[in-house]
Amino acid sequence: MSRVSAAAASAWKDPRRFVLSWVALPLSLVAALLLGAVMMLVLGANPINGYNAMIVGAFDGSYALGSTAVQAAPLLLVAVGICVAFRANVFNIGGEGQLAMGGLAGSATALALPHLPSVVLIPLVLLAGAAGGAVWGAIPGAFKAYFNVNEILSTIMLNLVAVQVMNWLLAGPMVDKTQNSTYGLIPETKLLPRNSWLPIIVPNTQLHLGVLVAVLVSVGVWVLLYRTSFGFRLQAVGLSRDASRYAGMPVKRTMTLAMTISGAMCGIGGALLVFGSISHRMVTDGSLTGFTGSDGFNGIVVALFGALNPLWSVISAFLFGGMIVGGDALQVATGVPADMVTALEGLVVVFVVSLEYMRRRSRATSLSPAAGPRTPLVAAGERGDP
Amino acid sequence: MSHFFTYSVLTATVATALGLAAPFLLAALGETVGQRSGVINLGVDGIMLLSAFATYFTALRTGNLFYAILVGMGVGAVMGVVTAFISVTLKAEQGISGIGIYLFGLGFSDLLFIKLVGTPLPIATLNPVNIPLLDRIPAVGGMFFKQTILVYLAFVLVPVVTFVLNRTTFGMKIRAVGENPAAADSVGVNVVRIRWEAVLIGCVLAGLAGAALLMFDGIFQENLTQAEGFIAVALVYFGAWRPVGVMGGSVLYGLAIAVVLEWKSLGIIPLSASDLAATAPAVITVLALLTVARRFRQPAALGKPYERGG
Repeated sequence: MSRVSAAAASAWKDPRRFVLSWVALPLSLVAALLLGAVMMLVLGANPINGYNAMIVGAFDGSYALGSTAVQAAPLLLVAVGICVAFRANVFNIGGEGQLAMGGLAGSATALALPHLPSVVLIPLVLLAGAAGGAVWGAIPGAFKAYFNVNEILSTIMLNLVAVQVMNWLLAGPMVDKTQNSTYGLIPETKLLPRNSWLPIIVPNTQLHLGVLVAVLVSVGVWVLLYRTSFGFRLQAVGLSRDASRYAGMPVKRTMTLAMTISGAMCGIGGALLVFGSISHRMVTDGSLTGFTGSDGFNGIVVALFGALNPLWSVISAFLFGGMIVGGDALQVATGVPADMVTALEGLVVVFVVSLEYMRRRSRATSLSPAAGPRTPLVAAGERGDP
Repeated sequence: MSHFFTYSVLTATVATALGLAAPFLLAALGETVGQRSGVINLGVDGIMLLSAFATYFTALRTGNLFYAILVGMGVGAVMGVVTAFISVTLKAEQGISGIGIYLFGLGFSDLLFIKLVGTPLPIATLNPVNIPLLDRIPAVGGMFFKQTILVYLAFVLVPVVTFVLNRTTFGMKIRAVGENPAAADSVGVNVVRIRWEAVLIGCVLAGLAGAALLMFDGIFQENLTQAEGFIAVALVYFGAWRPVGVMGGSVLYGLAIAVVLEWKSLGIIPLSASDLAATAPAVITVLALLTVARRFRQPAALGKPYERGG
């Protein structure tokens, strides 16, 4: 992390820049929480009790910490995927669909090969999840690279397609027909083979192997992005497609690959949602977020708050995982619905991108005048770099 | 299938399709105005959710639908101020700030719904207004001229927006700051002000779209819009930034949804396959994005904040 420490050292010489580089993100969270406190007051709840309940619910004791980590793992994978795509200046909002496709591919694999031993089956279902998500990321990636289709729109539309395909599969071809319900079948698969369940790694908690997988993947992606020539190529393409093409880089292939990897990360996240679940089935409720619990969108918040860096995203994911787990405690303690957390996330995003302007201005005044607004968040991913 | 091709079913399906299309059309027309000025507003879905809730709550408490729709538009305007401040004044990355607005709207609308309403009660909705004489035309009358006032308004706005964009000074300024803000600036057009105005118009229409959706459904629920606001943004691309094209996309979307609903209720497609059939409009939209991206050019400054001398 020499880059970070060097950046910190240089930032010390310019205090304003130091504040904007290193305090802007925490400040966004504080601002969002303060606004959240006002909202709670208006709704007649005590914000101190509310936030206290959230913190206790998310971080107090090993069971709570385990639940937070389990909640955080898919968020982290989505965020890491966004980091990869953003390095190439492609914005992946397709997390929801890629999670669904990853979950489906993993579930289908486990149901097809129920007799494999755990050591084979668990890696296999995670890889299947990655493949499912990769396909769903490659489509908008190729559309963007070869046909200049706005990836934000295509990923959002493909989210809708994926969720409806999932609803169809889970209610139709993949449904557990053995359930005896008088109200019609729940859209869920039958119980997945025990060999595919992600083992609990800390007794008396929900903390499963998937959390470890997520952290390892983000370390691996950090190495890929910052220590390999492929990572350099992604960055070059992200900063200037024209210059990269001039330098002989396969720009279109690189962009497609970035989205494919991004989708694969989300796909693994989808597999974790299935094989790390308590029910050990793939379940939905027919709504758009029934399976994902909005993790595809929440992952965007995690990535932004993690400065679009896979390692910072680990901390960010834990924090936002905690907010989601704590949201239920908030509801119990103060009667403020857990939707508060989604609203807070939205505010964090708004504040992060707004503070970005001030950072850019300080950059423009204290450093090069050419530091324009082209890719502000690539700059965010590399705060401190000249 | 023969049940579907009857006079009454076809008429009813088209009439429903237009009702379904109206919220898409209102939101997409607003987004068209904003995008022609160079600003992508991805927060439309969140704004629609907030204004749909505001409309619902006002209607529930006062029983006055006119006030309710006004409040919905007012919420759109307030969110417009927020959006314009972030996207135009603070020059934030528009794609991402829009996701922030969306998440805020999604969370906050449901928060208020649970906290302030709790048990959902249906509200009285707008009555259809029959256009005299025209509603007596066989088939056509039943399809087009027995709609609610908001549906008429949505379709009337198509020529209005076209006219404003193409034939007025204000529209020319909008297009100028969307294509070449530096040039517009150099001849004395206030880029920031025009973009503010375009974004505000877009958000008020998004608010109206939320109100129209609520009036169609007659009840609020969590995530009422089901991503309709995002689809509206895609429909702007679908229509290649032209109000008439946007209308075509909205009607196509409305028709696709209405036909699937009708087929489901008539048993033409099995219930289990209706989810699969429901993917059709989204798939069509993605394919349309492909064609449009190859044949039409987007406003040159779309998504790019304007920095003087930058």
